[in-house]
Amino acid sequence: MIAFLRLLFRNRLAAVGAVVLGAILLLALLTPILPLADPDATATADRFKRPFSEGHLLGTDHLGRDLLSRLLWGTRLSLAVGIFAALIAATIGSAIGIIAGYFGGRTDNVIMRGVDMLMAFPYILLALAIVAALGPGLMNALIAVAAVNIPFFARNIRGVTVGLAGREFIDAARLAGMGHTRIILTELLPNVLSTIVIAMSTTVGWMILETAGLSFLGLGSQPPQADLGSMLGEARSALITSPHTSIVPGVMIFLIVMSINLLGDGVRDALDPRLRSGALTRPRAVTLVDRRSHVPHADQKGLLNIQSLETQFHVGPRIYRAVRGVSLHVNPGEAVGVIGESGSGKSVMALSVMGLVASPPGVITGGAVRYAGEDLLSASYTSLRAKRGQNVAYIFQDPLSTLHPLYRVGDQLMEAIQSHNRVPDAVARAKAIELLKAVRIPNAENRLRNYPHEMSGGMRQRVGIAMALANDPDVIIADEPTTALDVTVQAQILSLLDDLRRERGLAIIFITHDFGVVAQLCDRVAVMYAGQIVEEGPTETILTQPAHPYTKRLMACVPELGGGKRELAAIPGMPPVVSDLPPGCSFAARCDKATAACRTGEIALAGTASHTVRCIDPEEDLA
Amino acid sequence: MGAYILKRLVSAIPVLLGITVIVFLIMAMIPGDPATAILGSYATPENVEKLNRDLGLDKPLVTRYFIWLGNMLTGDFGRSFSLNRPVLDEILDRFNATLILAGVSFVLASVMGILAGVISAARQYGLADKAITFTVLIGISVPSFFLGMMMILLFAVNLRWLPVSGMYAIYGGGDLPDLLRHLVMPATALAVVATGVIARLSRSAMLEVLRQDYIRTARAKGVDERRVIMGHALRAAMVSIIPVLGIQAGFVLSGSVYIEMVFQWPGVGRMLVDAILKRDIILVQGGVVFVAAAYVFFNIVVDVAQSLLDPRIKT
Repeated sequence: MIAFLRLLFRNRLAAVGAVVLGAILLLALLTPILPLADPDATATADRFKRPFSEGHLLGTDHLGRDLLSRLLWGTRLSLAVGIFAALIAATIGSAIGIIAGYFGGRTDNVIMRGVDMLMAFPYILLALAIVAALGPGLMNALIAVAAVNIPFFARNIRGVTVGLAGREFIDAARLAGMGHTRIILTELLPNVLSTIVIAMSTTVGWMILETAGLSFLGLGSQPPQADLGSMLGEARSALITSPHTSIVPGVMIFLIVMSINLLGDGVRDALDPRLRSGALTRPRAVTLVDRRSHVPHADQKGLLNIQSLETQFHVGPRIYRAVRGVSLHVNPGEAVGVIGESGSGKSVMALSVMGLVASPPGVITGGAVRYAGEDLLSASYTSLRAKRGQNVAYIFQDPLSTLHPLYRVGDQLMEAIQSHNRVPDAVARAKAIELLKAVRIPNAENRLRNYPHEMSGGMRQRVGIAMALANDPDVIIADEPTTALDVTVQAQILSLLDDLRRERGLAIIFITHDFGVVAQLCDRVAVMYAGQIVEEGPTETILTQPAHPYTKRLMACVPELGGGKRELAAIPGMPPVVSDLPPGCSFAARCDKATAACRTGEIALAGTASHTVRCIDPEEDLA
Repeated sequence: MGAYILKRLVSAIPVLLGITVIVFLIMAMIPGDPATAILGSYATPENVEKLNRDLGLDKPLVTRYFIWLGNMLTGDFGRSFSLNRPVLDEILDRFNATLILAGVSFVLASVMGILAGVISAARQYGLADKAITFTVLIGISVPSFFLGMMMILLFAVNLRWLPVSGMYAIYGGGDLPDLLRHLVMPATALAVVATGVIARLSRSAMLEVLRQDYIRTARAKGVDERRVIMGHALRAAMVSIIPVLGIQAGFVLSGSVYIEMVFQWPGVGRMLVDAILKRDIILVQGGVVFVAAAYVFFNIVVDVAQSLLDPRIKT
């Protein structure tokens, strides 16, 4: 609770709202004991006095009544009516919602049909109809406003209740022999109460506004009693000659509603777990680059050369070091595998290359990414955009979420082409068909007209690959492109990629957690753990003579077909959290060979030119 | 597509029936005797009884409902005693004015709201975002009728740029420019709250979409950022914006009541308020059913637009 309040008041606007609303509420509560003039005492001689005139701080209205006094009494009435209406709507609406959600089935169906019917009305129209039937009057306006808000509560609370009604603790209560009423009151109600309170905080402002509106129309409070709405309604005829009589109540309504809105927004934000953790990513076209160390000099390795790359996520006060000094290069026609568990930083490393890490919270804090010698991290957006897809292309995992669901695949392919080449649609379409054929999609002409959801997973992945190939890139970064697919389709996709690299001299960085895939496609492989490369070497060597204990353990987790029954050795423990890394080897905590020396100081990659390992006591001697 | 529209039209029938039932039940709640309400408390018992018979009020509730419904289906919405003319004629005379006001206002709110929301999302936490968020907050907190009055004070009385009220100038008006000049203030005042709500929703819908994987794909293939925002992201965000447009249309349509009162706009809203104050129940009943039915049809248009936008909806 205290944490919640602290969070709420860190939001300065919410604090302003709370202060303004608190002041107004206090004034409204104190009104009866304040030394005010009688709000209904008319004095026609003193009509339409300007504000700051003697004895009348805010002036007088068309009957010479003191405006300050009327304002405070009117505010009191408006607030009372609005809050009361909100309470009625919340009580009845929540009761209906809980009953519908708890009993479900036919009860639910009938009730929700009725609620939908009520929601088919334009909101204020329904309130007018109710007032028409009951007759003008403040009480009737209150009933009308409460009634039209009942469906809102019923629907919201029903949604929450349906989710709760299926949970174990409700079943347990039922098995314990509790009656329906008791379950609803003691088990369900406490759990939906916070939802009800939030819904009330967002609607009470509306209800104050709506009752004021009905009074403004002359359908609410009747003279001489006045709430803010009827004050405004009465002042309307003198708008031009004595505007202050309108402005005074109008500004008060505005202040009340705005302070409630500010506070309501603050409450909602403070309760939103995503906002609370600060984990919401923000939409930037390029990852933020903020290099704290000097940029490494170009060395002549590879077509794409990643040098000591550091990528971090800055979430609130915490820093997650997702990629910690990774160096990796790839030559034309070469396929390099990057292997590691989920969270090892391999995808973040791949996305950093073209500035595609969601940012903020992502920040590239060090290193360089060189394409043909040029540092992409210091490139302008325009030049980076021109290289995206044209020179370095990506294939992503799970093509159902990576293809746009509302565009035909043909249009998405053509767009990839036309983003880099100004060609007429017909040319782009012909090229798109050619691409689909290249990735062996049968009936390519018709497939162009499909939406992603109309295709199978394998077909969609082929579209993803075709899109990556659209501009004949030199480098393809494939981020687990086969993980979402079944094994036969996976094999087809892999052989397709293998063919493409042999035919076109593509350089491929292939990110996976599957050694089988690496063995099939890659010339070289790098093993990542906790944001670092722990071992790198030719695929053959790594598979047969893994030098890092982690690599060895990782391969022991893979079941072998025809290998007979054997115990699969899971690695004990969890990968370390990259916001709080221990000194020394990050794998030490899970390694059965770890010694005190492993837990002090950085351990460098060492070994031969082709095979390197980050371990002081490797499994294989690399000399 | 034709089949889908037909299906939606058919599914509107139970909703329309539900609306008539609800309106009928509300009006049946009227305390006391409707005939006495119409004739006033000094009426003779004979006159009350005669009027009850004339209005069919001596019959049971269910029978009365079906008579009323049957009459409406033949275009007979009853007769307004306060105006002494058929209810439907009066509504049709006035509905145009409401439709112009609400329609222009709704288009204004949709365009401005979506645009503000998109800019806000694309520049999240930037200066533009903060300015828009703050303006929107003020917009959704000002009562439209108060805003209307302040606009009259500023633009009509002090600056003399625009006419104070009405739909056409009394002398020499009647053409389109005249209508537009009269429309500026009421349409804006009516649009403000809806603009704010739409802007807020558009902003959060855009932020949600911008986190999706397919946006990263678009960027990865080199699509220009402006196209990513206005094409890929907005298109996807529209799927959750359009239903809100439908709801806001209802607010604009019924919220026109206040604006019609402030600006003396000759629409259905003002007619309804006058009818309520004069206890002309038959006119209220007809007006409410008519406007609610219009809203139901508008929502069908919204659904069809949604199905055109989202190919995943089975049509």
